Amino acid sequence: MQQMTGARMVVEAMKRENVEVVFGYPGGAIMNVYDEIYKHRYFQHILTRHEQAAVHAADGYARATGKVGVAFVTSGPGFTNAVTGLATAYMDSIPIVVISGQVPMSMIGTDAFQEIDAVGISRPCTKHNFLVKDVKELPFILKEAFYLAKSGRPGPVHVDIPKDVTAQIGEFDYPQEMRLETYKPTYKGNMRQIKKAVEAIAKAKKPVFYLGGGIVRSGAYELVREFVSFTQIPAVETLMARGVLRYDDPMLLGMVGMHGTYAANMAMSEADLLIALGPRFDDRVTGKLSEFAKYAEIIHVDIDPSSIGKLVHVDYPIVGDLKNVLKEMIPLAKEKVDSARYENWREILKRYQELHPLSYEDSGEVLKPEWVIQRVGEKLKGRARISTDVGQHQMWTAQFYPFTRPEEFITSGGLGTMGFGFPAAMGVKRGVPDEIAINFSGDGSILMNIQELITAVEYRLPVINIVLNNHYLGMVRQWQTFFYDKRYAETDLSMQPDFVKVAESFGGIGYRVETKEEFDRALEEAISKNVVAIIDVIVDRYENVLPMVPAGGSLYNMLLEYKD
Amino acid sequence: MSERRVISVIVSNEHGVLTRITGLFAARGYNIETLTVAPIPDSKYSRLTIVTSGSPRVIEQIIKQLHKLIPVYKVIEHEELIEKEMVLAKIPLGERLADVEALCKAYNGSIVNVGKDGIIVMVADEPKRVKNFVHALSTFAPKEIIRGGVVAIER
Repeated sequence: MQQMTGARMVVEAMKRENVEVVFGYPGGAIMNVYDEIYKHRYFQHILTRHEQAAVHAADGYARATGKVGVAFVTSGPGFTNAVTGLATAYMDSIPIVVISGQVPMSMIGTDAFQEIDAVGISRPCTKHNFLVKDVKELPFILKEAFYLAKSGRPGPVHVDIPKDVTAQIGEFDYPQEMRLETYKPTYKGNMRQIKKAVEAIAKAKKPVFYLGGGIVRSGAYELVREFVSFTQIPAVETLMARGVLRYDDPMLLGMVGMHGTYAANMAMSEADLLIALGPRFDDRVTGKLSEFAKYAEIIHVDIDPSSIGKLVHVDYPIVGDLKNVLKEMIPLAKEKVDSARYENWREILKRYQELHPLSYEDSGEVLKPEWVIQRVGEKLKGRARISTDVGQHQMWTAQFYPFTRPEEFITSGGLGTMGFGFPAAMGVKRGVPDEIAINFSGDGSILMNIQELITAVEYRLPVINIVLNNHYLGMVRQWQTFFYDKRYAETDLSMQPDFVKVAESFGGIGYRVETKEEFDRALEEAISKNVVAIIDVIVDRYENVLPMVPAGGSLYNMLLEYKD
Repeated sequence: MSERRVISVIVSNEHGVLTRITGLFAARGYNIETLTVAPIPDSKYSRLTIVTSGSPRVIEQIIKQLHKLIPVYKVIEHEELIEKEMVLAKIPLGERLADVEALCKAYNGSIVNVGKDGIIVMVADEPKRVKNFVHALSTFAPKEIIRGGVVAIER
């Protein structure tokens, strides 16, 4: 067995885990590790300009590739800056490992320089965390961290390593396999429950597939597509499941929830059976719980037992990995389910789709954000990865972009983190360099991690940031318009930097566009030049995201239009 | 409709595990009425006994969330159980010793220490009976009453 320092163990573990890139930011407490990075060059290190961006980049990389994303940060402020990244990954079940430096063991608890109780802070926003007290524990903990991040319901794992532990010498006994007595995720669904669920589908009259992010994490989308196609049961997607079905799948009713389509929300409200595959019944999907799917029995398949029955009563709970469960379920369903049975139901929903399709009023005078998104879709459909920040532009992207596959749409769903999109898009670009990386952002969100322009320029990660600029914190402004009598408290962002010059000063390229022709030219040029870009798109200031279910309202009570 | 439940949790003996459990209760707004912890002899596990209350749905969530914690080996929901709780009390010497002793006897307890200015009594019994005992004790002007948490074992 090889003797080495704790710091060396960290980089050796990365090698064993086939880590090709680490996003990070050095500092006092993690310098020993950085010294080993310098010596060994096992992986590329991308120096972001803020720790939050490092974790979001690792997260975006993980979302786009399905691999574990890795970030290194130092103690104290380095770590606290990383917390938003951990929480973002936690809420969306993204497998990442974040390693932070800590002050030496002897100084822990003394309020030392750059000391903070890191594991105390990360506990509620990680799947698991570790404070490594002895170098002897380090190889096992590193292996366990990767194992926990990607197994079961994935999630972020944080490893806090005191500086003296990285200097101690120990045996590098890296486990090949990991088996934990206290952690045994259920992968295989209960066969009896699966049979009962299939029977429920066979005798339902108005079933709906309720597709969630778990499908993406499990890599089960092909099975889902097969299931939908032979049963001809209509489907709705959550924000996190966009792309599970192709945008042009005739069974897809669109996104469900607060900004879901009329047909999707009505389908949930009138269904007699929900086939919930990997969603978590988030409040932005269900609206008022007592009115949610109140005529429906519910089948819920999820790898996390605590997701099942957390918010609504479930009639057919199935704990297991979606891939495994669907492999059992589909052959049974093929025997029992007659797709003709749901013909009337499909007709009803088709009428709903025709009654209130997703729409917007285009204008000859001012660019509409929805047009911009559709336009990008027309040009790049299927060959770009689309990240977003958080707000109106995020919802419009979810509504109007023609998604063709999962892992195409990279967005912070659960935590709703402004500032996520750009660094995440850098991670995406690093993970899938052959595809175009687009980040739809807003004039609010983009400024929350704008410093990453320099990272993207330095490491040649040509992300195209399309800023849908309405000079407002648009989503909050929309709520103020609807629910606060237009008292626009602190949402007016008329005061702005010159985004073109901002991009240029970092070594990127900037465009400011106000017409369709200008937009087309800018997008084309940004793609062909293959450099980091900001396209500052001046859009209608008062465009609203519709339909909208007011918070706490019932899904079937949608605001379909807003007339001033 | 809130019900009282006794839950035993078997966890790995490692630092921070108690914070994970109490943190989970705090973060999700669950109640902890009593909590006892001790290592299980000859093993790498500890046993926590938690008395909590909530609606059946909340209790179900508590149990699932506890299961989800990585160092949790087992969560036992007790159906048929023997519960015991311990109480220590300090009573001034001036009180009627014979009466105190009789009371302790009635609750399977005893006087465990007699000092210069007070006596210490101990009772270990079912939580309900401990409550009654504490109530009865008030006539003797106790200076201090210390209750332990509940420990429970399946019948």
